[in-house]
Amino acid sequence: MSLHAQDDPGLRHAQEERLRAAWKPPEGWLRRWTDVNNNRVGVWYTLTAFAFMLFAGVLALIMRTQLAVPENDLVGPNTFNQLFTLHGSAMMFLFAVPMFEAVSIILLPQLLGARDLPFPRLSAFGYWSFLIGGIFVLGSIFFNAAPDGGWFMYPPLTTRTDLSGLGADIWMLGLSFIEVSSVAAAVELIVGVLKCRPPGMRLNLMPLYAWYILVVAVMILFAFPPLIAGDVLFEMERLLGWPFFTAEKGGDPLLWQHLFWIFGHPEVYVIFLPSIALFAMLIPTFARRHLLGYPYIVLAAVGTAFLSFGLWVHHMFATGLPKISLAFFSAASQAVVIPTGVQIFAFIATLAAGRVIFSTPLLYATGSLAIFVIGGLTGVMVAIVPFDWQAHDTYFVVAHLHYVLIGGTLMPLFAGLYYYWPLVTGKKLSDRMGRTAFWMLFAGANLAFFPMHLSGLMGMPRRVFTYPSELGLGGLNLASTLGAFLFAAGVLVVVVDMALSPPRAKAKRNPWDAGTLEWLAHPDDEDWGIRSVPLIETRYPIWDQPGFVAKVDEGRFFLPDAEEGRRETIITSVLDARPVAVLRLGTPSFVPMLTAIAVGGVFILTTYHLYWWALASGVVALGFILRWLWSTAEIPEKPCKPIGHGLELPLYIAGPQAPGWWAMFITMLADATAFSGLVFGYFFFWTVHTGFPPPGAGPGAAWPMIALALTAASWGATLAARELHRRGGVAPARLLLGAGALLSIGSVGAGLAGPWLSGLDPAAAAYPAIVWTLAIWTAAHAGIAAIAQLYALARSLAGRTTPSHDADVGNVTLYLHFLLFTAVVAYATIGLFPEVA
Amino acid sequence: MVMRQAIGMLRGRATVPLLLALAGCNQQQSALVPFGEEAAVLRHLTVVMVAGAVVIALALAALMAWAVRAPEGRLGLRGGERLILVAGGVLPTVLLLGLLAYSLPAMRPRAVAPADLRIAVTGEQFWWRVQYEPAGAAPVTSANEIRIPVGRTVLLHLEGRDVVHSFWIPGLAGKTDMIPGRRNVMAVRATRAGLFRGQCTEFCGLSHALMAFDVVAMPAAEFDRWLAAERQPAVAPAGAGKALFLANGCGGCHAIRGTGAAGAIGPDLSHLGGRTTIAAGMLRPTEANIAAFVRHPERFKPGVRMPAFPQMSEAEARAIARYLKGLK
Repeated sequence: MSLHAQDDPGLRHAQEERLRAAWKPPEGWLRRWTDVNNNRVGVWYTLTAFAFMLFAGVLALIMRTQLAVPENDLVGPNTFNQLFTLHGSAMMFLFAVPMFEAVSIILLPQLLGARDLPFPRLSAFGYWSFLIGGIFVLGSIFFNAAPDGGWFMYPPLTTRTDLSGLGADIWMLGLSFIEVSSVAAAVELIVGVLKCRPPGMRLNLMPLYAWYILVVAVMILFAFPPLIAGDVLFEMERLLGWPFFTAEKGGDPLLWQHLFWIFGHPEVYVIFLPSIALFAMLIPTFARRHLLGYPYIVLAAVGTAFLSFGLWVHHMFATGLPKISLAFFSAASQAVVIPTGVQIFAFIATLAAGRVIFSTPLLYATGSLAIFVIGGLTGVMVAIVPFDWQAHDTYFVVAHLHYVLIGGTLMPLFAGLYYYWPLVTGKKLSDRMGRTAFWMLFAGANLAFFPMHLSGLMGMPRRVFTYPSELGLGGLNLASTLGAFLFAAGVLVVVVDMALSPPRAKAKRNPWDAGTLEWLAHPDDEDWGIRSVPLIETRYPIWDQPGFVAKVDEGRFFLPDAEEGRRETIITSVLDARPVAVLRLGTPSFVPMLTAIAVGGVFILTTYHLYWWALASGVVALGFILRWLWSTAEIPEKPCKPIGHGLELPLYIAGPQAPGWWAMFITMLADATAFSGLVFGYFFFWTVHTGFPPPGAGPGAAWPMIALALTAASWGATLAARELHRRGGVAPARLLLGAGALLSIGSVGAGLAGPWLSGLDPAAAAYPAIVWTLAIWTAAHAGIAAIAQLYALARSLAGRTTPSHDADVGNVTLYLHFLLFTAVVAYATIGLFPEVA
Repeated sequence: MVMRQAIGMLRGRATVPLLLALAGCNQQQSALVPFGEEAAVLRHLTVVMVAGAVVIALALAALMAWAVRAPEGRLGLRGGERLILVAGGVLPTVLLLGLLAYSLPAMRPRAVAPADLRIAVTGEQFWWRVQYEPAGAAPVTSANEIRIPVGRTVLLHLEGRDVVHSFWIPGLAGKTDMIPGRRNVMAVRATRAGLFRGQCTEFCGLSHALMAFDVVAMPAAEFDRWLAAERQPAVAPAGAGKALFLANGCGGCHAIRGTGAAGAIGPDLSHLGGRTTIAAGMLRPTEANIAAFVRHPERFKPGVRMPAFPQMSEAEARAIARYLKGLK
């Protein structure tokens, strides 16, 4: 295939027919929900997150109505506590984070000129998990069973079953389920950014949105697992009475606060950076020039992410921690201003340098920056420890965080909505309605939240369902309520504008005359994503690469065809985007949905203490997951295929070049992070209690060391199997995999034998509870290792893994590396640390 | 009120009280109306930071308006990068270092002496256990009200019994959490006498909003007299109240010094009649309020631990209320 071959309209037409057939969406009232294409899954995801946002907003309006006047009795404390808990939790877990992932699922393939994300079925799984978990958590309020412990769920209020009911379990388990799906989406997005870029798009040519996705997804990867670890401890305490947070039994309520805020603070940047990313896309478009300071922005984004993991304690300034550590965290919190400042000034500089076209999206962008700046400035104030002692847990902080989140997440999303609506629907939203809505939102936000600075300093604590009239806060609160309703009316205008969109005429292609790749999208879009995968030479190819759009459309770049009728995209190298393979993508299937239902079943059934049913659901989930995996890493019918311009790429890759390897590696990083959260718990107890670990009470050194030796042997067997297998030794490799599985099972037994035989009662005190937790975590991972080893063995026996196609064996070995790491840390901690402490 | 604030403004005590006047006029529970040295320092810090924030916000808004209107090429590549690095990087670094150097000394704790009065306060759902521990004397137990001597350093020992609470008297100092299993210490000094208010600021359950207390800052000598009197057994007024109180088993949870009632589960009621509120800052201590609360505490405080006494007659409740009100 050469450039000239594409001159033939007949050939192009035939190619288009083949592409269309390969990417044909499933039809029928049921089958259409098996779709995995990022265009549709992304839209479902976005609409669902938007609907959850509206729901959470209505909860806020009820609260504001209750607080409009002092001593009001519209709702009682029972309802009010559910309202504010659900409002915060939903906005964070069901709107802000999923919305970023949803929008990214739509945009990322377009930004990267990819046909789809590397694991479309994983996106679909993430969506169904999100939908099920979201309905489960939000629906609880209709049964008066919603969580009511605040979105931060501080124990012991929330762990004592006499003080809190089912709601706490719904929060923990329902949101854990969603956290798992968030991590799954993060894996998908990281691999997408690293491995699915078009040829030539080196890291420093990447659109900034892709940089931000990478940064934010990595943050999710390290921020959510500590919370998942916390959730594990939390539910162990609630369901089984293991006293991690009970002071009388050697636990400590502060452990939860640490784990929660190690998640909670990066979370703030997880939801803020994607909005900055939207600015980074739309500001150059409306300034009619390249964004100034690209490298500074990337450094600033990475710097923000890095710093955000070092300031969680500023949520705990009032807990009585040592002053010196407070000073450190205060300074670290201030430091975040610097990268944020760099990013904001990059936008200002770009606007100043360019010829600004003042559009509706830009109006939202500048308006939200103005709001965000106010939230940032009050953020500097609350980062000053002594000031925070006054402001903490008052309405001042409510004002601060809403300025940050409205200016830093919600309004930028509306900017993105007005900007990208034509990309998704082919139609523009109304400028008139958009601007009307903007001024309602802008005025409403300020009227609602500015007075709260004052009401907070005047003595109004957060999370109060009422306040006495003598405090003189009635006027301020009434203003806040009016502002909230004005804001809600603005949102309603946006919703109406969206609802009026379908009958409107299509806009022209690339209606804003933007320069980045995603605007190749055509109003009458095809499901194949992009006609041919371009060679990228600049950051704004539509502006700067001559004839770019026509070349893409005429299939003059790479992979213009689907000769074998398969869904395919190009895999490139991580740093410089050299093409390395063609990846065959997952097709529509019920499996992601059914897996989500089964996994959701584990969490939901556990909530209602239906443990046997939960276990059954877990077994079903495992079955679906194995069934799903079985279809992956298939051996292609031919080793290579041409993608145009004389390039021939393999259809199968294994090891660090392969998306599957990266997905495994990234998932295991998240897993290891969750594990380190548990280990943190162990050593946290050691630092706060002098008698920890209690002498002579541990599981002893022998069993943990035997378990470690068995794990190491299993690891060695797997490693040897991989090496022998690669050299053609299929039979010995199979033998070693089988032996490895037995050794893994042995290490499960030996790992649990330590605490079991030494009679540690996990309900008695925090020490045996954390020892048991580490042992169970490690043993469970060894059990999964056994399944993985047997899976690789079965793949080999079925002829789906061969010496030249050994991705499975490689991935299982990678899993065993992490298992060995986990086992070394866990068994050294529970077996050896008591000896040296 | 507005008139008085206007006069205050003429005296140069500027904007903060005026804003308060506009917003209503709470002088009792406000970080902006300090009666303690710590809170005064923090109010000063607040005013300085708000002023700085206003200047920066306006400057940024002006800059943004200029940037949008500036003709193309008004800012070159070099100039733009310099703007990013200087205004976005260098300037905030300098400002924030200055702010840290200026503000962090305010977190240095006040020096304390062994002879200073110690008050142990324990947060419980949804009330405050208070124990005065003067140096060299036996402790005196009270509840739901804190009295402190003006001009003397007071050490507060703060703990949570059941769940996490937070202890906040905005006019006196910042807040400190009360965490089960931990003891936090705060040293404060009141500067003027008066009746003030504090409230729980860590969400602690159903009636979190209804967990407050009055703070009475008293001249030191008056405080000493009050504590000496508080130490004495309650002087019970005549009537059937005391017998009813004991017959209904109230003494199982509540203590009244000098009677058989020695329960330690609920608030100590010795000298209840001398307190400014009942039910942890919620109700004026009238007989009617006490009687109503005794029969149906959950109506005033959802989730309260005290059981209801619906079988108790109005007359009995009144008698108990009269007795409790009389405990001075």
